[in-house]
Amino acid sequence: MEQIVEKMQDEASGVPVKTVKSFMSKIPSVFTGSDLIMWMMKNLDVEDQAEALHLGHLMAAHGYFFPIDDHMLTVKHDNTFYRFQTPYFWPSNCWEPENTDYAVYLCKRTMQNKTRLELADYEAENLARLQKMFSRKWEFIFMQAEAQSKVDKKRDKLERKVLDSQERAFWDVHRPMPGCVNTTEVDIKKACRVNKPFKSSRHLQLGVAGGRISPSASETELASPTEAIKRHIAMLKQRLDRRNIKISKVAEACIGYFEQYAEYDPFFTSPELPNPWITDNLEFWEQEKIAKDIPARRVKRWAFSLQELLQDPVGREHFVKFLDKEFSGENLKFWEAVQQLKALPQKDVQDKVDEIWTEFLAPDASCPINVDSQSYEITKRNVENPDRWSFDVAAAHVYHLMKSDTYSRYLRSEMYKEFLNGSKKKTSVKGIRSIVSFSARKETATS
Amino acid sequence: MASVGEIKAQCPAESIEALSKEAETLKAKLEEERQKLNDVALSTVAERLEVINYLNIKPRRVLKGHQAKVLCSDWSPDKRHIVSSSQDGKMIIWDAFTTNKEHAVTMPTTWVMACAYAPSGNLVACGGLDNKVTVYTLSLEEDVSTKKKTVGTHTSYMSCCIFPNSDQQILTGSGDSTCALWDVESGQLLQNFHGHTGDVMALDLAPSETGNTFVSGSCDRMVLIWDMRTGQCVQSFEGHQSDINSVKFHPSGDAVATGSDDSTCRLFDLRADKEVAIYSKESIIFGVNSVDFSVSGRLLFAGYNDYTVNVWDSLKCVRVTLLYGHDNRVSCLQVSPDGTALSTGSWDCTLRVWA
Repeated sequence: MEQIVEKMQDEASGVPVKTVKSFMSKIPSVFTGSDLIMWMMKNLDVEDQAEALHLGHLMAAHGYFFPIDDHMLTVKHDNTFYRFQTPYFWPSNCWEPENTDYAVYLCKRTMQNKTRLELADYEAENLARLQKMFSRKWEFIFMQAEAQSKVDKKRDKLERKVLDSQERAFWDVHRPMPGCVNTTEVDIKKACRVNKPFKSSRHLQLGVAGGRISPSASETELASPTEAIKRHIAMLKQRLDRRNIKISKVAEACIGYFEQYAEYDPFFTSPELPNPWITDNLEFWEQEKIAKDIPARRVKRWAFSLQELLQDPVGREHFVKFLDKEFSGENLKFWEAVQQLKALPQKDVQDKVDEIWTEFLAPDASCPINVDSQSYEITKRNVENPDRWSFDVAAAHVYHLMKSDTYSRYLRSEMYKEFLNGSKKKTSVKGIRSIVSFSARKETATS
Repeated sequence: MASVGEIKAQCPAESIEALSKEAETLKAKLEEERQKLNDVALSTVAERLEVINYLNIKPRRVLKGHQAKVLCSDWSPDKRHIVSSSQDGKMIIWDAFTTNKEHAVTMPTTWVMACAYAPSGNLVACGGLDNKVTVYTLSLEEDVSTKKKTVGTHTSYMSCCIFPNSDQQILTGSGDSTCALWDVESGQLLQNFHGHTGDVMALDLAPSETGNTFVSGSCDRMVLIWDMRTGQCVQSFEGHQSDINSVKFHPSGDAVATGSDDSTCRLFDLRADKEVAIYSKESIIFGVNSVDFSVSGRLLFAGYNDYTVNVWDSLKCVRVTLLYGHDNRVSCLQVSPDGTALSTGSWDCTLRVWA
């Protein structure tokens, strides 16, 4: 932001700053809102005036420039005059001004006794509040204010005008008018970080009711710098060993994904039924819950991947039917049991591991599955020390089998094709209007 | 990490200088390898795609009720409820469709920085400056706050939480620079994840069928990919010049998008192991707080500190449009589960739903 402001202040290419003579008096070093917006449109890659105005408003709100006679820090596209803030008062100087300073400033303003410097209502209120707060120190504050205003009076008139306004703008940023956004507020997360004591109170909170404490950074990591470097080297080696793909491949994959799913992205293709957020029509959600009349679009999606098929309850049900016909339902059952295991509370994990083992893998299993010997051995070892991931290797193997074998057969089967055609017929009657509009959209998109 | 042991065995007495030198050469080699793969820019390949010029996203709902900055929000799996948390110490459950408040829970702390819906839609979790993650069971009959349960405690604030495909576990990220997986019922710590050197700001779960990996973004400017089973970091990405505030998986699960205080969003691809795109503009000078993808992964929504939401074409790497509406920083944003709408939360105390 400050880079932009510096560019703006550049004498040759920046925003034209001039001293305007108006009736009876001179207004030194100002520029107009429209000049500013013009400059931004020309020099920054903003798309339209609205964006330029928005950006200008934000920079004003942060106090980099300010309207010369308003407490409201904003920018209008007109002939209102603005002035740059001096870098001394920029927020990047980490100003955290105190209330005493504010009190001195307000006090000083009351002394100067000019309409131009008269306090606004909210400032008068603040002053009264501060006076109460600092009642003991008030004399001191008053003296300081007096001293400051004496110094100010010695300055040249024009210079004083500029300085006065800059000081005012500074306080408009840090003690904004009610109703304005205070831009000096920081994100609490970041604020916490700055104030964080360095790993000191780590063990103080042990024994807090309910739940335990996650230990922070492991001791070994802090132990020695050599360890850390070694770890870093290992990580780099690992990365070197990775087989990575080219950017062109990445691009193709991302584009491919978009092309496949654009039809299902409501921001690109309006759904067959109206979007409930736009039309207040709940049909879109209700239709999903009914198992009848599945739109062809949804059925088509089952062919994208096994994951898509299993995610749709209707698709999963249909796939199970297919498996039953083939007498190969045990693979899916096993895979689902493993997924359930992962989702269980910790206390039930042990039982479920045993249950899965006896049902699918034990020598006398009631519903045996075929896994290669290697995965079997790994799983057997895992089960001795059961956890929720004991069966992951076997499940991955089974999933791969399902994907490469049963799933591809399912997609080629009459059963799937029939279902797809059946759903096509139904929707073609029901939602003909939306399909027309959708295909028209698609044409423009692909042309 | 077998190679750590290997190195140790080979060179037990090696000095720091030698090791750092080795690290440097490896780094250079890695950079060289990467350049080889850097054959073409994503946006060049995407040139063949039609320019997006038909977006018509408008604000559809405004949710008013928080007394202070909205810090986090999450969609319910039912696609119409939203949970939001705020600096006023309240957590509110909204029926976003009707804009009614269904529950309002007062938390023991102000600054409720994170909240999340469980996959069943019957539980919500939240936490913040109290360093704890607390789970509430939602029911219409009883007062929700009576059914609360503290699951885990970090040594610093909890910045983000997410249920990993189950109501029974919760994954949290914290200012103590760790992530942790907790058992909801017993409050047991199932796994913790060390590796970041700065506050963890954001988490997201991989959308793969097994759901064993997740990504975290941190103030140490790193994006790390973790294996939930082992607690190990399996991949890391660098590139951002400031705190990373948000991470989100591409719906394909092969890439992650990030938003950072350096006022850019970036896309890191897992298979290419590097940054593949950067979304930035000279006129965008404020930090990004939150990012999310549309269903197809083409649109990347990003909420900024300049009160706007920028909508990026993630493939062509250009901005598609700007959404104005909020009067203060946009702190959180999320596309609804079915992709029909976008919710945004802001420091102006409101939430908005766009479609």
